[in-house]
Amino acid sequence: MSKKILTVDDSASMRQMVLFTLQGAGYEVVQACDGVEALELARQSAVDLVLTDVHMPRMDGITLVRELRSLLSYKFVPMLILTTESSPEKKMDGKRAGATGWIVKPFNPPQLLATVARVL
Amino acid sequence: MTIDLEMAEIAKVFFQESREGLDVMESGLLSLGATADRENINTIFRAAHSIKGGSATFGFAEVAGFTHGVETLLDEMRNGVRPVTAEAIQTLLQACDCLREMIAATEAEQPLDQVRIASLNSDITHILGGGPSEAPALAPVSVPTSAPAEGNAAAGTGAVHVPCGWRVIFQPVAGLLRLRNEPTRMFAELRRLGEVVARADVSRLPQLDALDPESCYLSWNIEITGQISRPKLDEIFDWVDSGCRLEFTPTGEAVPAAPVPAAQTVQQPQVPNAAPEQAKAGSAADADRGASAGAPAQKAAGDSGSIRVATEKVDDIINLVGELLITQSMLSGFADGIDPNDLDRLRQGLAQLARNTRELQESVMQIRMLPISFAFNRFPRIVHDLSRKLAKKVELKLSGEGTELDKTVLEKISDPLVHLVRNALDHGLEIPERRIAAGKQETGTLELAAFHEGGNIIIEVRDDGAGLNKAKILQKARERALVAPDQELTDEQIDNLIFMPGFSTAEQISDVSGRGVGMDVVRRNINDLGGHVQISSKEGLGSTIRIRLPLTLAILDGQLVRVGKEIYIISLLAIVETIQVARERVNTLVGRTEVFRLRDEYLPVVKLCDQFGVEPDSRSAEDGLLVVLEADGKRVGVLVDDLLAQQQVVIKSLESNFKSVAGIAGATILGDGTVALIIDAPGLISSAAKQGAGAVAAHAA
Repeated sequence: MSKKILTVDDSASMRQMVLFTLQGAGYEVVQACDGVEALELARQSAVDLVLTDVHMPRMDGITLVRELRSLLSYKFVPMLILTTESSPEKKMDGKRAGATGWIVKPFNPPQLLATVARVL
Repeated sequence: MTIDLEMAEIAKVFFQESREGLDVMESGLLSLGATADRENINTIFRAAHSIKGGSATFGFAEVAGFTHGVETLLDEMRNGVRPVTAEAIQTLLQACDCLREMIAATEAEQPLDQVRIASLNSDITHILGGGPSEAPALAPVSVPTSAPAEGNAAAGTGAVHVPCGWRVIFQPVAGLLRLRNEPTRMFAELRRLGEVVARADVSRLPQLDALDPESCYLSWNIEITGQISRPKLDEIFDWVDSGCRLEFTPTGEAVPAAPVPAAQTVQQPQVPNAAPEQAKAGSAADADRGASAGAPAQKAAGDSGSIRVATEKVDDIINLVGELLITQSMLSGFADGIDPNDLDRLRQGLAQLARNTRELQESVMQIRMLPISFAFNRFPRIVHDLSRKLAKKVELKLSGEGTELDKTVLEKISDPLVHLVRNALDHGLEIPERRIAAGKQETGTLELAAFHEGGNIIIEVRDDGAGLNKAKILQKARERALVAPDQELTDEQIDNLIFMPGFSTAEQISDVSGRGVGMDVVRRNINDLGGHVQISSKEGLGSTIRIRLPLTLAILDGQLVRVGKEIYIISLLAIVETIQVARERVNTLVGRTEVFRLRDEYLPVVKLCDQFGVEPDSRSAEDGLLVVLEADGKRVGVLVDDLLAQQQVVIKSLESNFKSVAGIAGATILGDGTVALIIDAPGLISSAAKQGAGAVAAHAA
């Protein structure tokens, strides 16, 4: 069975690009456009990886990771944050919230797949 | 579908999304002036952030670079580090305009306006406190290369050395596993770089009863053989390096690496190879749109070619077509001949058909209807920029933005509205000192309101400014011989003189509201749409301009008139009144021109029979009816034999089906299948006025 990835981004073009890349590599993908929607989806069904943007309306990616980590079923699920912030502080915020790692935007499809393959 | 094509499709989404993001930024920035609330700045920041992230991902390095500066400034504002000043807002607004053009140019594969970009960049740098010569925005943004960039942190000397092995000591924090950072996966990564020998150090492993299964107690001693650059290793341990002990020691003899890949650093902006294809496919069909996309008014639905329709509207139509089919099948039962007993059912069916058809027509017309907010949305920015320029304080109030009107009407009313708003700001509203002196609030109010009124849409532009100076207008009109010296005019008539061609009261020509090509053009544009404009004004209190427009250009509320055997249609909007003609009030003047005295006014009489060469019932005016038409402030009497019904007619273009005919605006098909011509009232009036003006003047003298 293919691995299921939850991707979260408020930008439709980024969502499409991530969707296209991951589906092309045979992953099953569910998408949300902000943290609130993602949390809802994650609660409804289990996923194997969460890939989230940081800056989003309603709930940002760091908060989403923190919320998900506090759920028993997401205790060990890998979570990656997608961010243009290459500054160490942002990455540390993500780590403290419980993120497994990060992908620094901009990325290209092969980079995205390589990073996903590291945790799945 | 190939990857490039797919990416080009996604890039299109990005362009659209960026334009929407810029609209969000712009309206956010405009409302930021009043209150610097955090959520608003956050929203603006997120929009900028998305544009930056997207443009970098899709390989538009210059857009990404420019947006980076904007984003940095917004980030500082959002964190309270940088005060929100009027200057900064202004710069950011200009940056939005610039970005809009950059995105349009990128989409159309046009060169970017480097001068403008550099100048704004230095403005932003200046606000950020950097030196003006620096171009900070470009530096920190990297764009992915098609192959992951090779780098070497140790670059400093010309020759870069890559060791042939590493010894790594890795002692992770206890919580490593809880973040799902699997050491085994890292070792698997390492194994792809070279030969790996990892020894686990179990010395910190506690007794079983003290062991927390979720914690990591192990540490490792790793020997890896192979020519591996340090950044490659860093990448693998990147996610785990905080808090843990991580030591890298090169082993073996260092050999010089090939200089080319090593010199390529991650920071270097490089456009991926895919970028040109993306842009090409995304813009081939939209090249002309790209050229005009720089205008702030560029809106998603502003493109003439396509239309975005709410799903409910389409559902309504589908539903109605379904009902139409039911009715049709009900009626087709009568095809074999009618039993007199079924007559009732037939009538019922026909009534149902009539209702279905009417509802379907209304629903289909709804597809073309768009909310007027598409035209109104550009005004906050225009008012903001203009009031700054004119040093006036203005509050803009919009109401009825949801009022819908036909897409074509909407597009064509946009420019006249801009003109009216500019005029109101420039000539209507006073500077703060003068307002205070007049005992008014320092801040002037400009209101744009839209609403429906009896099958028409009304748009009002109201200001509480100085109003029109009637004495000055009258004087000017007399100077220019637009009004006879002894002619008495009502206040309303005086106000509406400003719509006369060539009339402009501005003492100084400003670049704000143009030079005399003003209100007459506005009125002509509105008349061309089958609409009507008038102004009313109270000196010292302000002016209201009222525009009345038909809801659609596809249907017309028409008056059917008969001349001999022909039936013509006249728009109800153009008809002032219809009168029976008394012989003593008709005068034949020089040549063949007839004029009719209506109260104190002489109207040229237009005989449709002569105009279109048809045989009337009678050529004598008193046997027929005189329909008084008005357009452009001029009136004529049109002589017809009879008035028939009033009805809505569907306008068919004469030009595209036959050819353009003077005096005819179009055609329609009547209930009995005959074609009826629609009279072009403004055209008829202006040609009649030209012929008749001399005669009327001669008679009046």
